[in-house]
Amino acid sequence: MNIHEYQAKEILNSYDIPIPRGHVALTSDQVERASKMMGGRCVVKAQIYAGGRGKAGGVRLVDYPEQAQEYAKEIFSRPLVTSQTGPAGLKVRRILVEEAVEIAREFYLSITLDRENSCYVLIASAEGGMDIEQVALKCPQKIHTLPIDPLTGLRPYQARKIALELGLTGSVCEDCVELLMNLYRASQEKDCTLIEINPLVVTKAGWLMAMDAKITFDDNAVYRHREYPDMMDYSQLDPLEITAGKYDLSYIKLTGSIGCLVNGAGLAMATLDVLKECGGDPANFLDVGGGATREKVAEAFRIILQDKDVKGIFVNIFGGIMRCDVIANGIIEAAGEVHCSLPIVVRMDGSEVELGKGLLRESGLNVQVGDNLGDAASRIVKMLG
Amino acid sequence: MSILLNKDSRILVQGITGRSGLFHTQQCREYGANIVAGVTPGKGGIHIEGIPVFNTVAEAIKHTEANVSMIFVPPPSAADAILEAADAGVELTVCITEGIPVRDMVPVKAILRGSRTLLVGPNCPGVITPGECKVGIMPGHIHKKGKIGVVSRSGTLTYEAVKQLTDVGLGQSTCVGIGGDPIIGMNFIDVLSLFNQDPDTAGIFMIGEIGGGAEEAAAEWIRNNMTKPVAAFIAGVTAPPGKRMGHAGAIITGGKGKAEDKIRTLMDCGVVVSTSPTKMGEAMLKAMEPTGKTIPQTSQ
Repeated sequence: MNIHEYQAKEILNSYDIPIPRGHVALTSDQVERASKMMGGRCVVKAQIYAGGRGKAGGVRLVDYPEQAQEYAKEIFSRPLVTSQTGPAGLKVRRILVEEAVEIAREFYLSITLDRENSCYVLIASAEGGMDIEQVALKCPQKIHTLPIDPLTGLRPYQARKIALELGLTGSVCEDCVELLMNLYRASQEKDCTLIEINPLVVTKAGWLMAMDAKITFDDNAVYRHREYPDMMDYSQLDPLEITAGKYDLSYIKLTGSIGCLVNGAGLAMATLDVLKECGGDPANFLDVGGGATREKVAEAFRIILQDKDVKGIFVNIFGGIMRCDVIANGIIEAAGEVHCSLPIVVRMDGSEVELGKGLLRESGLNVQVGDNLGDAASRIVKMLG
Repeated sequence: MSILLNKDSRILVQGITGRSGLFHTQQCREYGANIVAGVTPGKGGIHIEGIPVFNTVAEAIKHTEANVSMIFVPPPSAADAILEAADAGVELTVCITEGIPVRDMVPVKAILRGSRTLLVGPNCPGVITPGECKVGIMPGHIHKKGKIGVVSRSGTLTYEAVKQLTDVGLGQSTCVGIGGDPIIGMNFIDVLSLFNQDPDTAGIFMIGEIGGGAEEAAAEWIRNNMTKPVAAFIAGVTAPPGKRMGHAGAIITGGKGKAEDKIRTLMDCGVVVSTSPTKMGEAMLKAMEPTGKTIPQTSQ
């Protein structure tokens, strides 16, 4: 689960990590007022669930409130496309207006999960800013990484080593040690799989400050943080993704015309692969979970049918434990409800598969049953011609 | 012979009194697994389906000499259940539970490094040695006893692969679903090295997915150590690049994780990679050819 920059900064601030003064605005008038309060000169930042905003024109330094307002109008008017959003971009519903800070030095700082080493890792670099990934590729020696032992946690001496490697000395170095310790505590207490400050700066006045922040929460841990669901900005998600989430389905909209309903993420990806191989173009990725139930299959069917781009439906369920006749009834129920006349190809495997196939054939729906994955995929592609 | 499980495995089920715990206990028992005990804190003393239930894993082992644990405990307590099993000296723990927070699993992984207990999962379909024992939620009937070891990060895609292997006449020695979570117990290399030593495994089929660097690491290990033919499939060749947050992920993976890169690395290391999810069985047959070992003919 992602949150906005301003929310991430509020969390950092609650862990004594300094952030610039700022206001969140929902309209361009509010942006103008916030700019006035800052004395005119301020930074206007589009809030979206993705990075790469700076290069895409989502962040700008302005000198007057009118300029802030004009720029805000522009940002609100269309989706912001960055290197991290995908081609459709993301709608902007909130703008963060912040004081302009005089910066002396910039750093990159993050704590994230290192899957290969099964631990959290602290990443820091004296080359902060927008090109950090290029730095990592071309000059990996400039990136300092510290795997954190989960049994001891981050120790102050380790944090000091990082601070010194960043070239900090004196009181700023000790401030940085404290900041790193607090950042680690936040990552653990708030169940963050990513917490990134880029850039962390030393101001001309000599203070450390988090100028930008990104936090991703572990979806599996949301249950122990009651406040998280309310922090969600649904404007950043596809409406069908939101519905899918309510039913614990994983749905991602794609650009093609074949609606896909599959159980299990790996099988769902393989299904997209086989459709493409047969010359088809999937309209979505939809995983109903490994143990597909009748209810989930029916709900998934309703979601797919709401997508106007869908011209045909491909169902691939490897049931095993869940009986195929039960799944077939789920499909028939959902398709019948909305009088679905689109061509459907079902590929099912598992227990009671013949019974399930029989039910589908007799259902009166425009349905074909595939013998195996390859056969079924080529059938749906042919049916759509 | 096989790896991890055989007909002599004595299995206890943590979370046996829950709905899916009980359902799958019955399914495993029907397949032939010797389920000797259940553990549910607070319910010690009762019997469920004739299986004695204990309050703790240690108690269950004391009374039943169980050596394998299957975990169906809900996410908030699942990490603790894994540690309890390890502390009680279980040889193999298979954690089926989906949705365990990462912060709970990171210390579990660190503690298990100093333990003799092997962990498979969490969020996995489990382990099956066809014809002998099943500890997990996979459908037993698609499997067939044979000589191919299967290791996979995926759940239902493994079923598809197993079915294709069975359909082309290649039975399986043991199938291990290592799970798709960020933090898992045994990884590809741990399982590959067991298959490499197992006299009854003649070839290995490996199923990977986009993301992370586990397949690349496994490929490297195969090149340097593996004495048996390996075939593989990587799901997600056509997956569109997702939305992402920040740079940290890209920095630590160094841009790895794309299907094409994984496929190229595996091929460079001598693995036969199935180009299509419909040709996994064929790829395994192809990999087995040069060894000159007799391939059992299909009975279908």
